[in-house]
Amino acid sequence: MKAIVNISLKAGVLDSQGKAVHHALNSLNFDGVEDVRVAKQIILKLDTADKAQAMLDVTKMCEELLANTVIEDYEIELV
Amino acid sequence: MQKPNIKVTILQFPGTNCEYDTQHAFEELGATTEIIWHKSESLPKDTNLLVIAGGFSYGDYLRSGAIAKFAPVMKAVTHYASEGGKVLGICNGFQVLTEAGLLPGALKRNESLHFISKHHHLRVVNNDNVFLEKLANDSVIHIPIAHHDGNYFIDQKGLKELKNNNQILLKYTDKNGEIQNPNGSVESIAGVCNKEKNIFGLMPHPERAMETLLGSNDGVKMLQGFMEA
Repeated sequence: MKAIVNISLKAGVLDSQGKAVHHALNSLNFDGVEDVRVAKQIILKLDTADKAQAMLDVTKMCEELLANTVIEDYEIELV
Repeated sequence: MQKPNIKVTILQFPGTNCEYDTQHAFEELGATTEIIWHKSESLPKDTNLLVIAGGFSYGDYLRSGAIAKFAPVMKAVTHYASEGGKVLGICNGFQVLTEAGLLPGALKRNESLHFISKHHHLRVVNNDNVFLEKLANDSVIHIPIAHHDGNYFIDQKGLKELKNNNQILLKYTDKNGEIQNPNGSVESIAGVCNKEKNIFGLMPHPERAMETLLGSNDGVKMLQGFMEA
């Protein structure tokens, strides 16, 4: 099983990279973009088939290392 | 000058690059120093001050300081700090301390996204602690900053606590002490301490401001605060 973890800055925490990308898109005349948020994705290959256990484990990984919950939110998808 | 008989222990991670400047600075002030490798599981028993020096750690992969917080030596640092031992984190050291939860808040990428390396003015906000006791509140100092992830973030609740407990140490300003924010930090904060005032973190580099010939010796008064046991 794979766990796909998306980590992004919390709403309310200014995303400078997103802002820079947004600005660059505007200067390329892509005017329809209202907002840009840059996130990172971490893909973990797990040796278990137990989804509930995997969710528990990956949540712990996010809390302890993968995300800094002072500034970041995380979403976990198991596939 | 009489030797203060202070032992300063300086941590070294793969990528640390300010440990020798830090060592030089504290030896100039009369301290005995020892640099210890991140794999060490204990600190020298006679340590009076533990410094996490600047540079990088583990390539700053994932986030600056995120991997370093799990280094074997960090357990000893946490234990030392919990017993009231004095800890100073400079630049990457500040990032490590926030990641380890020893200091509140977090350090984000600079708002401009640029690496900033220059001398900057700072205003002393709270001097009721050993680190800044040799400086007057509202005095302005001029020392180097050199960072990519120095944008200090803390939520409103945390900010209120910092203010209530006099935990804000320094703010980025112009030469008159008026706010001038180089990196987007909340309230222009350049350094904070914990509630108990034994753990200190700042992005600017006092150890690089020890000689007027090199631009500033304002770091001397800061580090001197630690020279009394």
